[in-house]
Amino acid sequence: MSIRDNIKSILKTDKLVYEYKQLDEEGNVAGVNRAIDEVDLDVKRGDFVAILGHNGSGKSTLAKHINGMLFPTGGTVWVDGLDTQKEENIWEVRQRAGMVFQNPDNQIIGQVVEEDVGFGPENLGVPTEEIWERVEESLRAVGMYEFRKHSPNHLSGGQKQRVSIAGVLAMHPMCIVFDEPTAMLDPSGRKEVIRAARGLNQVEGITVILITHYMEEIVYADKVYVMDGGRIAMEGTPREIFSQVEKLQSLRLDVPQVTLLAHELKKKGLDLPEGILTVEELTKELVAICEK
Amino acid sequence: MSIKLEGINYLYGQGTEMVSHALKNINIEIKDGEFVGLIGHTGSGKSTLVQHLNGLIRPTEGHIYFDGQDIYAEGYDMKKHRSNVGLVFQYPEHQLFEVDVLSDVCFGPKNLGLKKAEAEEQAKKALALVGMDESYYKRSPFDLSGGQKRRVAIAGVLAMKPQMLILDEPTAGLDPQGRKEILELISGLRERAGITIVLVSHSMEDVAEYVDRIIVMNKGSVAYDAAPKEVFAHYEELEEMGLAAPQVSYIVHKLRAKGLPVETDAITIEEAARDILAALASKKKG
Amino acid sequence: MIRDITIGQYYQTDSVIHRLDPRVKLAGTLLYIVTLFFIGNMWGYFLATAALAAVIKLSKVPLGFIVRGMKAIAFILGITVVFNMFLTPGEPIFSFWIFKLTLEGIRTAIFMGWRLILLIIGSSLMTLTTTPTNLTDGMEKALKAFNKIGVPVHEIAMMMSISLRFIPILLEETDKIMKAQIARGADFESGNIVQKAKAMVPLLVPLFISAFRRANDLAMAMESRCYHGGEGRTKMKPLVYQKRDRIAYMCIFAFMALDIFVGRIF
Repeated sequence: MSIRDNIKSILKTDKLVYEYKQLDEEGNVAGVNRAIDEVDLDVKRGDFVAILGHNGSGKSTLAKHINGMLFPTGGTVWVDGLDTQKEENIWEVRQRAGMVFQNPDNQIIGQVVEEDVGFGPENLGVPTEEIWERVEESLRAVGMYEFRKHSPNHLSGGQKQRVSIAGVLAMHPMCIVFDEPTAMLDPSGRKEVIRAARGLNQVEGITVILITHYMEEIVYADKVYVMDGGRIAMEGTPREIFSQVEKLQSLRLDVPQVTLLAHELKKKGLDLPEGILTVEELTKELVAICEK
Repeated sequence: MSIKLEGINYLYGQGTEMVSHALKNINIEIKDGEFVGLIGHTGSGKSTLVQHLNGLIRPTEGHIYFDGQDIYAEGYDMKKHRSNVGLVFQYPEHQLFEVDVLSDVCFGPKNLGLKKAEAEEQAKKALALVGMDESYYKRSPFDLSGGQKRRVAIAGVLAMKPQMLILDEPTAGLDPQGRKEILELISGLRERAGITIVLVSHSMEDVAEYVDRIIVMNKGSVAYDAAPKEVFAHYEELEEMGLAAPQVSYIVHKLRAKGLPVETDAITIEEAARDILAALASKKKG
Repeated sequence: MIRDITIGQYYQTDSVIHRLDPRVKLAGTLLYIVTLFFIGNMWGYFLATAALAAVIKLSKVPLGFIVRGMKAIAFILGITVVFNMFLTPGEPIFSFWIFKLTLEGIRTAIFMGWRLILLIIGSSLMTLTTTPTNLTDGMEKALKAFNKIGVPVHEIAMMMSISLRFIPILLEETDKIMKAQIARGADFESGNIVQKAKAMVPLLVPLFISAFRRANDLAMAMESRCYHGGEGRTKMKPLVYQKRDRIAYMCIFAFMALDIFVGRIF
């Protein structure tokens, strides 16, 4: 047994099921939809985990279970060993597992950046002086400190998301769930947010669970889960996942061009390794082939 | 049909302390049957520019000609112009409001003064163009999936029989498959309905395969206006503008820089694969 | 047009007035308005004007900025003055058809207009120098006593500050939806009242749907950040009276007493 196995998991689910009733126009139950179907997750402290899936694959529903916004209809979710379903645990769970949502406009409460970041600690009853310390360190961690007196309305999408991240960070969570944080951003905004998330993971050691449908964003993940129809369809390291190009495409996912190109060249007989993830990697491999 | 912008300047927030020069001396012409990609970073002026095309924003300076006629000339029929140049906004499904799909799509043609029967006929044609059959006509637009809502919203503009269709980020917020479906649909529109198309996007990869011309906007000016492969050759400059050329452009350019004689104008993966194999073969021989 | 109205806007700068506790400013504004209704002669008005001028000077808000805000209400002001001028009974100095210009009328009109200007400048000065958040905080704390009789003061204040945060977003959204519907041939300008009202449907339905969606998202974001009402909550910026606040209170009471004395006795 390695040391790693002894570290408690930050998030664990056991046969997690979430069903909701579908109502017809008269309000009668027309059927039961199973949004999550017996999902088992085990996320170690300090990991960077990505959950991929197309719209409607159940990934956002899963995310909402992690910080007690939704409760399982079957199975159990533990956050840092706390059962999310127990009512007395709910605020603890939400403090330990923070959440950043998709729409940058709809999650900022304060009218000034620093006040928004202070909102979480205020709710937790943190003493005033400590709130100020937390706000400062959180804004610095996401590189938004110089904007602390600004109105959120005048920030770019990427900056707003970084403020939201700081707002969660100020609650001193162990784990942050990012629920499609880049879906509404442009390429540079997407980069900003992913960079901030990686920074938190590597510098602050916070567990990151990134939910997305952009494959480029998961290149640096320690582990990837791919969801489809409420189930875990694939799991593995990014390289293992990316090497199964056809399977990913059948799950309505987009494989980065560089991976597709490598796959195509491999099919044509070139001797390339599986699951190439970056432009640099492919260039290096091709140059090597050429010099052989 | 063609639309021509001449010396367009637009100042935003005139008369306040925060005037910004949103568009700077824009001169472009979009000809009949073209499929143009308008690319730019958020705040580059691309959305402001397209709103000029259908008369929603009036330029501070300069002229806009549609079929040779100044659209701000005395007596010009702006309502007609707006139906000729259809504009689909970002997240168009947020503008749906009617009780069922068919009535919502009828909104445009009815505003043009068409009778109910005619409006419905045009609406049905438009729905067929976006691949929504009869079974959807009476459904509430709010019960549809994200991708379907977007199709209905696009049909709402198509029902006005535009000669030119401008779509502002039509794939925003959709998943990869949804993006692909919408892009295929749009490129099909040009072939099936003969509509000139302007596709606004911040993603080069999305438009590269489909368009025959790319206009790159940066800080309110036109930075490039050329065929995709010529634009992507400037991948380093594009990066500075907060944009990214498709990954294949990077690969072929990097390989060439490393001394592999690869053609650098590949846009699709198939083209790149072909060029790389050819280069490797010639290198082996040589 | 909307941009011209300075009532309710905040002017960003650093001044003594900006730094005052919002409760002082709330009380001060209220007492100032009360005072205006007590005074009945020119000297009282002069003193009130001088006091306001002094506060404006201290606040560092440019006079031009305040005056520009008055443009929006110039019309209401004009009507009030004209009505008072012609419809006050008394000795006519000039008459035309059914209108009589009386000396008493002129007197009332001047006082009325003067009072209205002071009143509006006085209250807009409060919002110009206080951030909306600060203002709601001040209200929350000042009205805390009402909590005991079951008024949800914290919740009301929270709703107010959230509305203030979302007003600009919804205004922008309105503009966007309007443009999108105009692009579909909608006409928001011509037609009679009924037609105009009907034309609003394509604007209002999407706007309400969007507002509800945002409200839903926001509620979730707040809950996930452990918001559970005012209980057990601490403040990042708690309101504590400073020395300057106590001095300000003294100034306000002194002014009030003096002005009422001058304005009633002389």
